[in-house]
Amino acid sequence: MLLSMKDINKSFSGVSVLRDASLEVAPGEVMALIGQNGAGKSTMIKILTGAYRKDSGSIQFDGTQVDFSAPAGAQAAGIATVYQELNLAPHRTVAENIFLSREPRRWGLLDRRRMRAEASRVLARFKLELDVDRPLEDFSAATRQMVAIARGVTQNARLVIMDEPTSSLDEREVGVLFDTIRTLKADGVSTLFVSHRLSELYAVCDRVTIMRDGRTIGQHPMSEISRVELVRSMLGRELTAFATRAKDEARGSDLPVFLHAEDLHAGTRVRGVSLQVRRGEIAGLAGLLGAGRTETARLIFGADPRDGGRVAVEGRETSYREPVDAIRDGIGLVSEDRKVEGIVPELSVRENMTLAILPKLRVGGVVDRTRERAIVDRFIKALGVKCSSPEQPIRELSGGNQQKVLLARWLCTDPNLLIVDEPTRGIDVGAKAEILKLLRELADDGLSVLMISSELEELMAAADHVTVLSDGQSVAVLAADELSEERLMTEMAHQNEIGSEGARAA
Amino acid sequence: MAHILPSAPSSLLGRFMPRSNLALARLGVVLALLALILFGALRYDGFVGLFNILSFLKFNSMFALVALGMAFVIMTGGIDLSVGAAAALASVAAAICSTYGSAAGILGGLSAGLAVGLINGVVITGLRIQPFIATLATMLAANGSALLLAGNQSVSIATDNNFMAIGLNNFLGLPIPVWIVVFAYFGGWLTLERLPVGRRILAIGDGEATAKLMGLHVERTLLGVYLFSGLMAGTAGVILASSSFAGQPTEGIGWELIAIASVVVGGTLLTGGVGSVGATLAGALLLGLVFTVINFENGKGWISLSSSWQPVIRGLFLLAVVVLQAKLAGTRRNSP
Repeated sequence: MLLSMKDINKSFSGVSVLRDASLEVAPGEVMALIGQNGAGKSTMIKILTGAYRKDSGSIQFDGTQVDFSAPAGAQAAGIATVYQELNLAPHRTVAENIFLSREPRRWGLLDRRRMRAEASRVLARFKLELDVDRPLEDFSAATRQMVAIARGVTQNARLVIMDEPTSSLDEREVGVLFDTIRTLKADGVSTLFVSHRLSELYAVCDRVTIMRDGRTIGQHPMSEISRVELVRSMLGRELTAFATRAKDEARGSDLPVFLHAEDLHAGTRVRGVSLQVRRGEIAGLAGLLGAGRTETARLIFGADPRDGGRVAVEGRETSYREPVDAIRDGIGLVSEDRKVEGIVPELSVRENMTLAILPKLRVGGVVDRTRERAIVDRFIKALGVKCSSPEQPIRELSGGNQQKVLLARWLCTDPNLLIVDEPTRGIDVGAKAEILKLLRELADDGLSVLMISSELEELMAAADHVTVLSDGQSVAVLAADELSEERLMTEMAHQNEIGSEGARAA
Repeated sequence: MAHILPSAPSSLLGRFMPRSNLALARLGVVLALLALILFGALRYDGFVGLFNILSFLKFNSMFALVALGMAFVIMTGGIDLSVGAAAALASVAAAICSTYGSAAGILGGLSAGLAVGLINGVVITGLRIQPFIATLATMLAANGSALLLAGNQSVSIATDNNFMAIGLNNFLGLPIPVWIVVFAYFGGWLTLERLPVGRRILAIGDGEATAKLMGLHVERTLLGVYLFSGLMAGTAGVILASSSFAGQPTEGIGWELIAIASVVVGGTLLTGGVGSVGATLAGALLLGLVFTVINFENGKGWISLSSSWQPVIRGLFLLAVVVLQAKLAGTRRNSP
């Protein structure tokens, strides 16, 4: 074994988060590590990479007993980590990012020519041709991730840890990433792959380690475990909520149309999008990353100016110039990036929830705390937000619960249409089903929902119909009975040859 | 939403445009500097005379040094409010020590500056206190120490050795403080652009947590940066003592703001991660030049501005330059 972690224990202020957890990775192996949020995956990784210290247990790497006290030590030993969100140093160039902390030198000075040449050479191995002198922030998420991997490779890494590397990549980019993993594998480099997307695990991983409640509860070859078994052992219970709670009946087209958008145009990203959402239905919006989904949502919401097209709400033509105008008409937008555009991490659950309705709660300029409290209590209960109290800082909540608070923030404004952009990103399987179920219940009560999602299963499980975007244009509207993974992918790949590699098809 | 494809090769136009907003800001400060020099040269006699140029450079050498230290601190995402007080303390220490010889005077001044920098660095990295708070505290402490040490008055330097030569003499036609600035800035440029540590300083400013995960020695680097800022303040203090023949416990008030202004005008982001040594020098000279122009204007007799007006005009000028930079950066950002 290249890596063998045994009987790892760790607790934070008395709360035990790892209990005799173990993890093994063989040389050249791609090992999947899965588990719900809070199962202990990231703690395990952080202990391995020296970001945390273990309380007890043993770690053997490459034949020697190790216990890294800082990330620098793990890197030197040959463990490279590609983090989900922390994407290197954005203002620094590609070449600098690859070589930071191990810059090639000549007479003590930076050897910039060699740094550039080496950077280009290692990127070429992954079929990437970049101007390595440009700041990293100029490139897409996928490219930045490749740069992070290239950084690992130049460190002569024996093990590359990828923490949810695909969460911000589109299908084609995932394909490139998988090729990279295979290249690494061919060179005998092992990969530890953390992901919430099951199909990806089957596409690229050799074995899987499953964690639950701080324990390692199984280790299987991928070929010997079915999806259902995998999910079952991860959740520790029968999975019923997902995919089954679909549409009871095909929602009648007799419902009145709430939102009608026609031939929207804006810049190069949106070039002819039409869609409609009826009262009380969940309309899906599908497409590859960059197809114009978020941009379309922002146009409807009045957050960006549109160059052309019409938006009608309940038959009335609108011309929102700012989100405030859309909000006045009862439209809400829960954005894709919870951390940046959504939550205020230091504020409490209560404060986060009532942010949008504070003006309405004012009595003579002062917030009416009693009414505020009543509203907060009602939504915490209604949405099942798990928090110790409304005063708990929201950053301490899990991703799924944070998302619920954000939904509540809009719901307490009593909206007519809620646009949700990737509502379940980075949320574990159980909470995902709960969020979807919640949206369904809200729709049943008459709320219109426009749901943007990259996850096909999610669209199939929740949407009454799905509008597919490709390259900034709406190319198809699929009714509930036409929805299949196959069909969605075909439409998304519409006139989009590069998208048809089907890398994610398991 | 993030873009998908690696960006297309830059357009023809793009090739002739500065690559980053920082480059545009640099362009802005250099343009403003040139415009002001041109204005002065056309309007005032003796403005571009050798005497005026040398005394201008000598006087501004202290600000330039403090600004250099500040630039490095700000590039890491921090701030050092203690530089002015540290320079005042250093001038007092230098004056007192100068009685034991010129070397002792220099060493005393530099040590005082380094001591303040050391305290800053240790408090910020070891005790994890925010730089703003930590250096605010050391600013007050250094200010008080300088007054205590000097007994509430300025302290004469020894005149029986050549400590005063630092502020008086020229070397190869340039005042010694100007040489010090040249060396310090060359060293600063070399460190930032050509040494690995420079790249790491910027990476830390880009994101401290990320830098740590990338295996950089964040604490060590930050400590070094605050020490350097202290050293620069100490050097400025030595120059101050030597050229005014006295340790000045009440000088240095507001220097930190001039330094921050110079750094910002030079296009360094206050949030860290981006910065330039050359543009910091241009920024420091620009702010100094505004002051000189006002003096010349007063000398012409057309207007008579009291010294209280100088900061007002400096402030307005600073605002104008920053707005200009934002405009330049804005047009670029909006173009496809």
